[in-house]
Amino acid sequence: MGLSRRNFLKAAAGSGLLAASQLSPVPVLAREPKTRLPEALGILYDATLCIGCKACMTACKEYNNLPADPSSPEGLWDDPLDLSARTYNIVKLYTSGTGKTKDQEADGYSFIRRFCMHCVDPACTSACPVKALSKDPITGIVKYNKDLCIGCRYCQIACPFNVPKFQWDTPFPEIKKCQLCDHRIKRGSYSACCEFCPNGASLFGEVQALRKEAKRRLSLPPGSQATFPIHRLDTGEYRYASVGHYFPKVYGEVDGGGTQVLLMAGVPFQKLGLPDLPPESTASHSETLMHTLYKGMIGPYVLFAGLFYLVYRNTTKKDLP
Amino acid sequence: MEASQPLGGRILTKPFLVLAAVALVGGVLIVYRYVFGLGAVTNLNDGYPWGIWITYDVLVGTALGCGGYAMALVVYAFNKWEYHPLVRSALLTSVFGYTLAGVAVFLDIGRYWNGYNLFLPWRVNFNSVLVEVALCIAAYVVVLWLELAPALLEARPDAKAQRLRRRLETLLPIIVSLGILLPTMHQSSLGALMIIAGPKLSPLWQTPLLPMFFLITAIAMGYAVTVFESLLSSLAFQRPYETPLLARISTVMVSFISIYLVMRFADLVWRGQVQLIFADNLTSLMFIIENLLFLQAVIILAKPGNRSDNRWLFLSAVLLLLGGAVYRFNAFLVGYNPGFGWRYFPALPEIFITLGIVALELLGYLYFVKKYPILPKAEHV
Ligand code: SF4
Ligand code: SF4
Ligand code: SF4
Repeated sequence: MGLSRRNFLKAAAGSGLLAASQLSPVPVLAREPKTRLPEALGILYDATLCIGCKACMTACKEYNNLPADPSSPEGLWDDPLDLSARTYNIVKLYTSGTGKTKDQEADGYSFIRRFCMHCVDPACTSACPVKALSKDPITGIVKYNKDLCIGCRYCQIACPFNVPKFQWDTPFPEIKKCQLCDHRIKRGSYSACCEFCPNGASLFGEVQALRKEAKRRLSLPPGSQATFPIHRLDTGEYRYASVGHYFPKVYGEVDGGGTQVLLMAGVPFQKLGLPDLPPESTASHSETLMHTLYKGMIGPYVLFAGLFYLVYRNTTKKDLP
Repeated sequence: MEASQPLGGRILTKPFLVLAAVALVGGVLIVYRYVFGLGAVTNLNDGYPWGIWITYDVLVGTALGCGGYAMALVVYAFNKWEYHPLVRSALLTSVFGYTLAGVAVFLDIGRYWNGYNLFLPWRVNFNSVLVEVALCIAAYVVVLWLELAPALLEARPDAKAQRLRRRLETLLPIIVSLGILLPTMHQSSLGALMIIAGPKLSPLWQTPLLPMFFLITAIAMGYAVTVFESLLSSLAFQRPYETPLLARISTVMVSFISIYLVMRFADLVWRGQVQLIFADNLTSLMFIIENLLFLQAVIILAKPGNRSDNRWLFLSAVLLLLGGAVYRFNAFLVGYNPGFGWRYFPALPEIFITLGIVALELLGYLYFVKKYPILPKAEHV
């Protein structure tokens, strides 16, 4: 198109600006992954202790005032198939082959509880444009404030566990998800699912202590009898049970930047429907990029100045159109 | 100084009435959406919370609205004034593309009455990519109307309007610079939206270069839509074709998309995901379609003779626009997999609302080119 040398240089300068705005790799601005809060609260779920009674589901509904969520055509039972705006917590079943042996990958079965993981570096709070989802600076509980929420559902796109759910069937919808029974904790109580779990499969406590407890379980010889705390870690209540054949990993230790809900099971976690996540949260990727491009708005200002210079020079030389 | 003039002629033509009917159907369905909620008119669900309103109306709609941006870039920043006759009509499509994308967002957000929170700095989470997108698009809609305002004021004889027009024209460098800066920011951020989805987006599309890819394809689509619109309006209103100009624009367009294709494949090789192209499933098929569309446009325009032929110009523009649209659908819907067997295909009312919005865009275009000096004077060409 017959670019003269002068024009070419100008064009090159302009494109350079555009490219710079995109690529400027300023690593100092990289957003550090968030670390665990010292007094964070959480839940340790141990599938090898879970008997699939779903007492936690009932308790969750009861203490969060959630309606039944029927999936069968008759609509008679509260039998949700997945988390939804009516169900914050669900117990699912994995089976394979003959499905005979509990907590075994081949020819076995396992239960798995799914609810909000209360991530250490939550993607949902990073995504939410208006801070309607926020992480408590002490307990680390990820809470929702409907008075701020605009209903954009970016949190649903962002959450690696597909936890936030939206009320599709009302003109005034809200996002719904487990908030670790924050309303009960405020009254000095604790998560309903843990209070009503008869087996200690769901155990409430400070995350640091729960992590120690999880490590202890992994170190016990499988098949031996051992004590297992029930309901909550700090009361000292316990029961005896035989130690399961654990898959040697505590899910949530590092996955996706770590979570305050920790999971243990006899079957590999991907088989139980948990995502295989890298050790950094996607929130830190996304924010590093945003910070690189927009920190202090320096990039945009520089680009604007460059553009203004070009446009001003080019328009003043001409008759204005 | 180049002259533009209103086309004149009847407003209430047959196509106009048909479009008005489509817009009306959309309007009725929108009322229904506000009374009964999003689930009543859409197939959106907890697995696919964003559907065609975001993917088509916002992503593709604003990319199609990049004509004004792409032309401003070449005319004002790169000092290529010979393209100036095309600026106004490109701006007009941008104004409607963006304004209605804004409308679509308002339809899509569930708690719209809280929407004002986005504009209160102390309520806003500046780490959120969506904030960057929303604020930038809102600001750009204002800038676009300011850019178009001189053309609208030109049609008014009174002295006050002319004074205002001159005032706006002295601000032109600022308005135009913003008109280039803002789309650069939000078109790239639209791509950055998906980075936080992490492994939920197929590696065929999930890359740190998402913002770069969205930006380059949006600029190329801006040129393509300018060519498309110019040829179509010449045909529809029986005006002379601007072939030589369009030929040169197509050259710019094809260089952008060639660079894009090289980067796209280099990125896949770099991340070691090339084998996914041959996975023989829906995502791999859609990836191939997406890139064949781009490639075909490049192949057509690689032959210099084709660039002076209106039919080839038109075809390559259409291919490129389709490629860009498919890329956006792929990166937000086809390649997005939340697991658990979630599915999404738009519901009929959902599609009709989108069609209604497109109809409204076309209605606005038809009205404005007839009433205001948007298209270049016929003898100019
Ligand atoms: S699991 Fe999802 S909703 Fe819960 S804190 Fe993590 S990102 Fe947020
Ligand atoms: S839907 Fe509400 S909570 Fe979720 S990201 Fe949007 S504003 Fe935040
Ligand atoms: S902590 Fe409360 S809201 Fe969360 S799953 Fe348990 S009972 Fe339900």
